Amino acid sequence: MSDEPLVLGLETSCDETGVGIVRGGTLLADAVASSVDQHARFGGVVPEVASRAHLEAMVPTLRRACADAGVSLSDVDAIAVTSGPGLSGALMVGVAAAKALALALGKPLYGVNHLAAHVAVDILEHGPLPEPAIAMLVSGGHSSLLYVPDVSYDVQPIGRTIDDAAGEAFDKVARLLGLGFPGGPLIDKAAREGDRAAIRFPRGLSAAHDMRDHRFDFSFSGLKTAVARWVEQREAEGTSVPVNDVSASFQEAVVDVLTRKAVLACQENGVEHLLIGGGVAANSRLRAMAQERCEKQGITLRVPRPGLCTDNGAMVAALGARMVQTGRTPSDLTLPADSSMPVTLVQA
Amino acid sequence: MTDELTLALDTASAMVSVAVHDGTGVVAERSGERSGKHAEQLAPLIEEVLTEAGATRADLTGIVTGVGPGPFTGLRVGLVTATVLGYALDLPVRGVCSLDAVALGAVQHGATTPFIAATDARRREVYWARYEVTKIDGVLVPVREGLPDVSAPAELELDGLPAAGRGADLYPDIFGTPLEGPLDPSAGALASLAHLDLAQPDPAQPNPRFLLDPEPLYLRRPDAQANITRKRVLK
Repeated sequence: MSDEPLVLGLETSCDETGVGIVRGGTLLADAVASSVDQHARFGGVVPEVASRAHLEAMVPTLRRACADAGVSLSDVDAIAVTSGPGLSGALMVGVAAAKALALALGKPLYGVNHLAAHVAVDILEHGPLPEPAIAMLVSGGHSSLLYVPDVSYDVQPIGRTIDDAAGEAFDKVARLLGLGFPGGPLIDKAAREGDRAAIRFPRGLSAAHDMRDHRFDFSFSGLKTAVARWVEQREAEGTSVPVNDVSASFQEAVVDVLTRKAVLACQENGVEHLLIGGGVAANSRLRAMAQERCEKQGITLRVPRPGLCTDNGAMVAALGARMVQTGRTPSDLTLPADSSMPVTLVQA
Repeated sequence: MTDELTLALDTASAMVSVAVHDGTGVVAERSGERSGKHAEQLAPLIEEVLTEAGATRADLTGIVTGVGPGPFTGLRVGLVTATVLGYALDLPVRGVCSLDAVALGAVQHGATTPFIAATDARRREVYWARYEVTKIDGVLVPVREGLPDVSAPAELELDGLPAAGRGADLYPDIFGTPLEGPLDPSAGALASLAHLDLAQPDPAQPNPRFLLDPEPLYLRRPDAQANITRKRVLK
């Protein structure tokens, strides 16, 4: 047990400053400082506000993670950091902090892909990853289907959103319903009191020709507009908007397409394991429907607990630990932050 | 010879600057070869400057960082590097205004009367501060009058004062020929100023002349409009 690597992971790609510490596949600390409250009045994450918050939170969050894990920094065997994709200025705070740690401790540095880290985090919750697996990553910035033979170096994209990310659609619909920001948890809550069959909203990229040209891609922009039209029509007629029903029906449309395509991706690639990660994976309806549809098709579903689905440093540490264990070469101290890092590049 | 060894760094301009100071003087100084790319260049430069000084991280006794003002993204790279190094190595981290470094350069190149130091704030503005030249411990140094500010060059009340730094160089119509000296902040100059304060006989230093908290001098609010109104889709 103790010969497994002690890895510290840093995550600053969006509005969460995350510092995680793992020993091999065991989670020791997951300290997260979020600036989400500072973004609420802007209706979305403001990059400069997020970057300022990362700088302020970095040392306190490092301190908290070490205290939670009961380790001293000098015990750490390697540093891992999200080097992309994400907000450029935000990523740079984490990358610079990680290099300072690597320099100060004289330990190797691993610049890792944010999306691969969202997949790797389930090692901490449910043990070694099945290989290969299909992974679906759904968050405010990403909506991707990935074929993952080995999360430490081989991640292949098979589909992605062609417009808005799923979490972005939740934010936009929450705004038009006057629910607030971030939209995901608020819609989830309202939907519990609503009828998900009340309104039949469109399922993006699900028509026959789309299933030919965009088989594993997603689109949520049209859905968002359909919801806006429906709501505005009610308002124009002077009738009240059934917020709970709209939330439930919108959520149903998103979750229906996500789970249908994810299950199809497993079937057509002969893969028996589906992993779901990213902030939208915290959605209760997504978890329930994915469970139901996977069971029906004999697919094993793995979804980490909600706290590990949203951005955190533990996921970065988990992926870093895999890289140490599989003998990957560390990144150079010239490691750049890469806001558009392709998902195929697991390590920079 | 003292046991002191300070690592100083500045990322408040387009150029990254790193230096090592041993308590009596700057023993090594390096600057990045490329403009920008602070996050890529800073850590390797720190390694290089330590090697050049014949030192390792274990020999360091303190960190000094420029706190700006300067373009935010680069500025944060320096500050987070300094504060995390300080945390990991258990060393004190001290800030110095980056304009003070430009001002010291001007004084070392002959400025003896009041002047302005100005750096590029982009958006056709400059970060600036006004300096007087005084003697501390037998050395001529620039002492800043108040906190720095950000302004359009034309709106500055120069009162005929000469100006130093990149900001002056960018707007010669307003500032005239810049004073001699480096245009961008030098980490060596930051370390020298920090040491003037640290060498004061009173360890409590009730009135530090150059030392500041290691926190960024942004001088501008984030660009963001509260945007919680809906765009309508029906005409």
